[in-house]
Amino acid sequence: MSIAAVEAMRWRARERRRERIFQIVAATLVLFALTMLSVLLLKILLDGYARLGVSFLTEYASRRPEQAGIKAALVGSFYLMLLTAAFAVPIGVGAAIYLEEFARKSRWTRLIEINITNLAGVPSVIYGLLGLQVFVRTLAMERSLLAGACTMALLALPVIITAAREGLRAVPQSLREGSLALGATRWQTVRYAVLPVAMPTVLTGVILSLSRVVGETAPLLVVGAFAYIAALPNSLFAPFTVLPVQIYDWISRPQPGFHQNAAAGIIVLLALLLSMNAVAIYMRHRLSTRLL
Amino acid sequence: MARNKPRVGATPRGCPPEPDHPTPAGPQAAKGGSPNWGQIAVQLPVSSRVRWRVRMEERIVLVFLFFCALVGILTTFAIVFILLSESLGFFRQVSLWEFLTGTRWAPLFNPKSFGVLPLVTGTLLTTLIAIAVAAPMGLVVAVYLSEYASHRMRGIIKPTLEVLAGIPTVVYGYFALTFVTPILQRFIPALEGFNALSAGLVMGIMILPTIASLSEDALSAVPNSLRYASLALGATRLQTTWGVVVPAAMSGISAAFLLGISRAVGETMIVAIAAGQQPTLTFNPLRAVETMTTYIVQIAMGDVPHGTLEYSTIFAVGLLLFVITLILNLVSEAFRTRYKEARL
Repeated sequence: MSIAAVEAMRWRARERRRERIFQIVAATLVLFALTMLSVLLLKILLDGYARLGVSFLTEYASRRPEQAGIKAALVGSFYLMLLTAAFAVPIGVGAAIYLEEFARKSRWTRLIEINITNLAGVPSVIYGLLGLQVFVRTLAMERSLLAGACTMALLALPVIITAAREGLRAVPQSLREGSLALGATRWQTVRYAVLPVAMPTVLTGVILSLSRVVGETAPLLVVGAFAYIAALPNSLFAPFTVLPVQIYDWISRPQPGFHQNAAAGIIVLLALLLSMNAVAIYMRHRLSTRLL
Repeated sequence: MARNKPRVGATPRGCPPEPDHPTPAGPQAAKGGSPNWGQIAVQLPVSSRVRWRVRMEERIVLVFLFFCALVGILTTFAIVFILLSESLGFFRQVSLWEFLTGTRWAPLFNPKSFGVLPLVTGTLLTTLIAIAVAAPMGLVVAVYLSEYASHRMRGIIKPTLEVLAGIPTVVYGYFALTFVTPILQRFIPALEGFNALSAGLVMGIMILPTIASLSEDALSAVPNSLRYASLALGATRLQTTWGVVVPAAMSGISAAFLLGISRAVGETMIVAIAAGQQPTLTFNPLRAVETMTTYIVQIAMGDVPHGTLEYSTIFAVGLLLFVITLILNLVSEAFRTRYKEARL
């Protein structure tokens, strides 16, 4: 064999080795991420499962960790989600319809789009400051459910708009053309031809963004959700607490009993988010069987 | 509809021909069910009243939708206005120079001191640790996903990243405080109970999905012709990946990194729970630090009376945080548009 051939063989062997090493490194990193996720979930399950039970769901917060429950927080989270959706979904879907179906490509539209992208990148705690100053103080809502929901609606808006736009964009153009050719106006086309078809995708996006609202903590801490609430909110102006805030409150206490409560609260929170995601996946699935 | 008798030739003035010209049966027919074709034929020349109603509806809806789109702009204005107006009172009493260069942050204790640097270094430290974890990992995972992974591996990795991205940050905070810190303390006895290291590490896991999926988008956008050309020249797959594909996707990858950094800077709960709440000017990752976000939450939750200098500090810190993340986002966006244009 010539020297060149030997060299070539060596080169090939070396490159093949490098290739294998990279694959191993990559697989290890992937495995690491996977392990981290499993360890995180396992740790929380092990810490918290002992505290789970009916009384944990039906008791109010307490000074004694064994007696504390998440009733107010769970109901508060639920109310907050509904109220946020009531504000954010019409406005968000409306804005998406405007941008997708009506707006002409102009500098003005471009400005709105850039603005929405940037809003999505604003840290959530800044939204808390916004809510504190606008809703809690200027509009005198105090530290109420309504102020919290308004703040969260602004936070969820960019996500909902983006999701809804994707849903609208997926509707085939022929549907719009067909409707317009039949003499429908643009709004009639949107209302009766585009929206019904886009609805499942839009709703999927809406649910996913609401699940982000349910898991969000920082802005609500700033706006003033309290962990110690011994009554369910009975009006829009009632003080409130939510699950993540309750969890944070328990984590920041030194006693191990409260940490256990926090872990149990996290299990409930994750279960809630999981079921919301399941609903979203189910709707996405229904879409794929219905149209296209 | 029945009351609208056909009035031929009753075109209202100032009504230019539009695509809605005939408007056969309006919403009712489009809603489904079988339209009454005979009736439609009779109604073809639509009365001005129907036409007026439809046009009004169209206008009202358009105005409403426009206002919906405007809410985003209003939010931005409100954020900027509030941060500026509230911190104005602060900067009247504390000079901007003192704020930005002072090395002691003690707004609640005497002697008061308003140097924001300890909060900035706290943020910087946790962010650096997070990005040191997430950037290499995210890039390798992205490369693996886009260039190597089999269909089955993709089916495992993608959902894992999605789940990681969906976990609330307060949960990550709990994990950092009760799991990562105790484990690290076993190896590093000098580690404090609250420390920048474990908060940063966990934050790295939190931003990993952002970096990995955005980088993967950028890598997949690289045209295959580049890969083929490189392979045809005799380069191996690895050489093609790191010598051709990754450099070609560099602007998109940079955008992903910048967005990850911006997320880490703005992240609140992990650092509030695991990194501590004492503003210390240090780059020692084993010590407790306070970030800008933690400080905002800490003061907003406490009972500092509204209108005082101490209270306005959170808006000054918020303004700084807003400016930093805005710059990061804008640069990231610029990078992203560049790679989108380059693809065409």
